[in-house]
Amino acid sequence: MKLKTFTPGGVHPPANKLSANTPTVKLGLPKEASIPLSQHQGASAVPVVKKGDAVKVGTLIARGEAFISANIHSSVSGTVMKIDDVLNASGYKTPAIIIKVDGDAWEENIDRSENLINDITLEPEAIVAKMKEMGIVGLGGATFPTHIKYMMSDDRKADTLVINGVECEPYLTADHRLMLERTDEILQGVRIMMKAGKVDRAVIAVEANKPDAVAIMQTRLGAGQNGCFTGIEAAPLAVKYPQGAEKQLLKALLNREIPSGKLPLDVGCIVNNVGTTLAIYEALQKNKPLFERVVTITGKKLKKTGNFLVRIGTPANMLLEALGEEMPEHTAKIINGGPMMGKAINSLDIPITKGIAGIVLLDESEARRRKPMNCIRCARCVAVCPMGLEPYLLERLAERENFAACEAAAVSDCIECGSCSYTCPSARPLLDYIRHGKVNVMRIMRGRRQQ
Amino acid sequence: MNPVILYSVAALGIVAAASAVILFVVAKKFKVDEDPRIDEVTGLLPGANCGGCGYAGCRNMAEALVKAADQDDISALNCPPGGSDTMSAIGKYLGLDAGETAPAIAVVRCGGTYEKAPAKLEYDGPAKCAISHRLFNGQNGCPYGCLGLGDCVPVCKFNAIYIDKQTGLPVISEEKCTACGACVKACPRAIIELRPKGTENKRVWINCVNKEKGGVAMKNCKAACIACGKCVRECPENAITLNDNLAYIDPAKCTACGKCIVVCPTNAIAATLSKVLGGVGTLSQKGSDLPEAKVIADLAEEVN
Repeated sequence: MKLKTFTPGGVHPPANKLSANTPTVKLGLPKEASIPLSQHQGASAVPVVKKGDAVKVGTLIARGEAFISANIHSSVSGTVMKIDDVLNASGYKTPAIIIKVDGDAWEENIDRSENLINDITLEPEAIVAKMKEMGIVGLGGATFPTHIKYMMSDDRKADTLVINGVECEPYLTADHRLMLERTDEILQGVRIMMKAGKVDRAVIAVEANKPDAVAIMQTRLGAGQNGCFTGIEAAPLAVKYPQGAEKQLLKALLNREIPSGKLPLDVGCIVNNVGTTLAIYEALQKNKPLFERVVTITGKKLKKTGNFLVRIGTPANMLLEALGEEMPEHTAKIINGGPMMGKAINSLDIPITKGIAGIVLLDESEARRRKPMNCIRCARCVAVCPMGLEPYLLERLAERENFAACEAAAVSDCIECGSCSYTCPSARPLLDYIRHGKVNVMRIMRGRRQQ
Repeated sequence: MNPVILYSVAALGIVAAASAVILFVVAKKFKVDEDPRIDEVTGLLPGANCGGCGYAGCRNMAEALVKAADQDDISALNCPPGGSDTMSAIGKYLGLDAGETAPAIAVVRCGGTYEKAPAKLEYDGPAKCAISHRLFNGQNGCPYGCLGLGDCVPVCKFNAIYIDKQTGLPVISEEKCTACGACVKACPRAIIELRPKGTENKRVWINCVNKEKGGVAMKNCKAACIACGKCVRECPENAITLNDNLAYIDPAKCTACGKCIVVCPTNAIAATLSKVLGGVGTLSQKGSDLPEAKVIADLAEEVN
């Protein structure tokens, strides 16, 4: 059978999944954790602790008060040293709660046992409320507060839950490892989410380059007792980037197309990452807030690569230390996320946040951009754009700051996957300019809405 | 005579006469009365269409001026490139007093030269400050300083800015700058400020906009304002204030005496040097070891 995938567009960057066979290891505690107040999309959380307060692992330290915001919990136990600005991944200041670590005392109501809990006692509304309370955000990278995805109205109902285990970014293996190591918990998470979303169908989407993950999911689903996994299936997809983007994923899996400016719920779907699924399971059944995540650290020049379960707020350089490696010579770029959509960061001196799925070290030969040459109108960027846009045109318009024309050419539909820049034979900085156009168009659109 | 010609002439004559009547009636009936003063005022304006006044072009400004003149007050409007000469000419024509505005000039408030703030990172994206600014804090690590990619250069309609290759910072021409403010809007980091030119073009300003604590700022740039407050204490006119770890000289109070320049430990205070030197004896104590931040100021002369 031919595997499903999305159309149009897409590229096939080398997968480089170096750490796919390295089991996840728990990373040790940092001496000091800096937990940024803004780790999610939307408004920053508001601190509810002050200097000198004692906190335990799982204590609520900042509350998301705006509509789109998320709670933040302490990932360590110790004393709040200060609430101050720290440098974020871009080198700009961002407020964070800095906690001096002392021991590892957890909040008493967190169930630290490994028992699998199957019974779902809460009602859908209570599940969604719990997601909000536990600070669950999308762990695929966009960090959108999860509970908002479950806010349905009479005319916007979901019929299918899609669990995103695609992990189409090269190098990253955090989700892959989770699917292999935490299969049962993820499947229980899926059941909880199906109840929360009031859907009776769930599809776990995995790209075919992870056959072990597909196999284990299918085996466990088949072994489910009393039909507890009815309606859940694991579907392999043909490998193509950016299949992990929710719009492309729904197109590939269900042949549903999200209209411009709309969300998955408008076509009856809820899409969540596998990491989020595990976090939801732990939040609901173990009462454990989202304060740790799996992070991949990898790079071709590293002798060892790894996947670590990291407490939020741990400095990223601890990952390299845990590997027992030094920063390789000629490392030209450190990337937060994968090489396609990730962002270059200034140093490893930044705290791990909910949105960091991996740290990739690229050496000179991989990182160096070629010198841009003139556009030869080959239209390869048009062919690979998964959103059906015209990147060469958007680049030109954005370069000339003709934002009205950018808007007309649907720049706001761009998902910033970078396929255009990746494929351009003239090495033009297509996405850089398109993003410039998009940011300005979004700003203009917001201004218009406010009027 | 051939009757065909006769008929043709007659027919065309009738059409012409009828059209003339219609055109006459339409012209009378739908006539748009435009104030003749608008044309005149447009003629008095520089015609650069720079937008510095806040209007789309000189004609829009002229319309606004005439409209304001109907309310007997044009003092709120100002043409930055035209300056007070233009405004008083317009005021004279309209029979009103134009507001007194001191001539201003754009000032770049960053001393992060390649030497003072060496690059730690390399940016290889498109040469556009707006893009680089959104991406990260800058090659030299200062999240407030000039990115040096020159978004301010192409927006200047008067060719008054260029990026100095030696320092990586923009240089503004004393003569060409009209203080239209286009560069101020183009700078994503709000480094450029319009300041009064000052008497005899003497100006002193804090050449930094970094609001980080002193130690943090100094890590990235040796010419950063560290908010030590020495200049605040030194200033005889109380023109300097300290907010958010950054000093600011109020141009309305500053007399360009230059005393603050001498005490600044990081040379973060710049001035239009040669003019200031004439009046400040204390600078000579430093001999040739002059505060380097002022090199930038001297460049203003080199440009012309």
